[in-house]
Amino acid sequence: MNVPVREAKAAKRLAIVDCDIHPAFRKPADLYPFLSERWREHLTTFGEHWRQGLSGQLAYPRMQASGMRIDALPEDGTPAGSDLELMRRQHLDPNGVECGMLVSLSRGGMEERNLDFACALSRAVNDWQLEAWIMKEPRLRAGIVVPQEEAAFAASEIERRAGDPRFVQVIMSPRASDPIGHRRYWPIYQAAERANRPIGLHSAGYSGGHPSTGAGWPTYYIEEHYSFMTSLQDVMTTLVFEGVFERFPKLKVVLIEGGFTWVPSHCWRMDKHWERMRKEVPHLKRPPSEYVREHFWYTTQPVEEPEKPEHLADLIGWIGWDRLLFSTDYPHWDFDDPRFAFKIALDEQQKAKVFRDNAKSLYGLK
Amino acid sequence: MSRHVVAKADELEPGASKLVTVNGREIGLFNVKGEYYALANRCPHQGGPMCKGKVGGLVLSDGPGEYRVVRPGEFVKCPWHGWEFDIRTGQSWCDPKSTKVRAFEVTVTPGEELVKGPYVAETFPVSVEENYLVVEI
Repeated sequence: MNVPVREAKAAKRLAIVDCDIHPAFRKPADLYPFLSERWREHLTTFGEHWRQGLSGQLAYPRMQASGMRIDALPEDGTPAGSDLELMRRQHLDPNGVECGMLVSLSRGGMEERNLDFACALSRAVNDWQLEAWIMKEPRLRAGIVVPQEEAAFAASEIERRAGDPRFVQVIMSPRASDPIGHRRYWPIYQAAERANRPIGLHSAGYSGGHPSTGAGWPTYYIEEHYSFMTSLQDVMTTLVFEGVFERFPKLKVVLIEGGFTWVPSHCWRMDKHWERMRKEVPHLKRPPSEYVREHFWYTTQPVEEPEKPEHLADLIGWIGWDRLLFSTDYPHWDFDDPRFAFKIALDEQQKAKVFRDNAKSLYGLK
Repeated sequence: MSRHVVAKADELEPGASKLVTVNGREIGLFNVKGEYYALANRCPHQGGPMCKGKVGGLVLSDGPGEYRVVRPGEFVKCPWHGWEFDIRTGQSWCDPKSTKVRAFEVTVTPGEELVKGPYVAETFPVSVEENYLVVEI
């Protein structure tokens, strides 16, 4: 690919907001400066203890480069997503990224079983995002990564970062130990609502022993990968029926990398059930679809591709053109290039909304 | 169409590939079991730098539990989304009808013939004693 040509073209194109970029550590020791001596020693002596059987490796091995774009692997052998210079050269500059949301999935404490250590990791990874990325690259924004199983600490970490506009959302695992509509997680929502930060939910990791699909543990990665979608459907269901949005009417939720074309049919079904069975959940005052329409946003990658491309436009129309947030998932293998992501032509207004304006208004980006 | 001398034939061993630039366009050269091929370095799916991907074969199966690897070294896999293309033809394995990467003709030409022209050597020095890869673009 001819990068100089793309850069020249990028200058003329619409500047975009990328709502899903994954930063990585160059080496495990990158986190040490942000941990106290006590936790550094813990990390070097005991390591991490994740909520899955296999610590330190992928439960579902992937087809190439451990699920990374091969050309995103830095030449010095460090992990994909760990080199800011390469990220600029390969992604931010040529793709005209005006703002990029960091979604830090590794070592943020979301998956750590030792809750005290999880809290230390959460604070460390948030400090690391500022030092290693945001302060060096003003186009990037951080997410407040919190250990959802320790909700009181998570709430305090949100409050601690609330005055810092470089943190634009809260990142927690949608695959928590309980369905996340459960009250044990409500302190997080209360703090997020007060801090006016959306909750960003990116499917990853495993929920401490629960299979990643409702049908049980999948065999293949290709089979497991679909659970990104179904697990976020479950997240929507639990948040709606547990009454989270009645209790926290200003809470905003972003479903990251879970698809979006399923949203209309999911809402039809929830509404139908609610009409007949609402006595069980009298705390819901409105049809489920109304909460969904008001409280949920969706990142686009990987953009779904119906057989007849025009059906995608119908689906987005039903969901709302104001609800989609463009994302690339850089540097992961299923990266969406902004030039080719949509197989349908968007008009100028739709393009501006999806690629930039929806994210700007949701995250309050200047 | 013009002919461009892009490499010495012996610098590309069987199984090896090389990225060259012709008229500002990036082209991947491949040596597949002694035969030479050239593909545009731009994946027709989403524009990924295709020729930087891994070269390998196809895993085929006649049913669950059975598998075999065929045609090793004949496919290149895009480093972004893993789309596989037949290096000989540029055709996609999954969607051969509508997805094809641009393939160029490569010939091995002795230097003796090349020095007579016509060809576009750009900055490439050609000597009579050796064989060269010439791409037609």
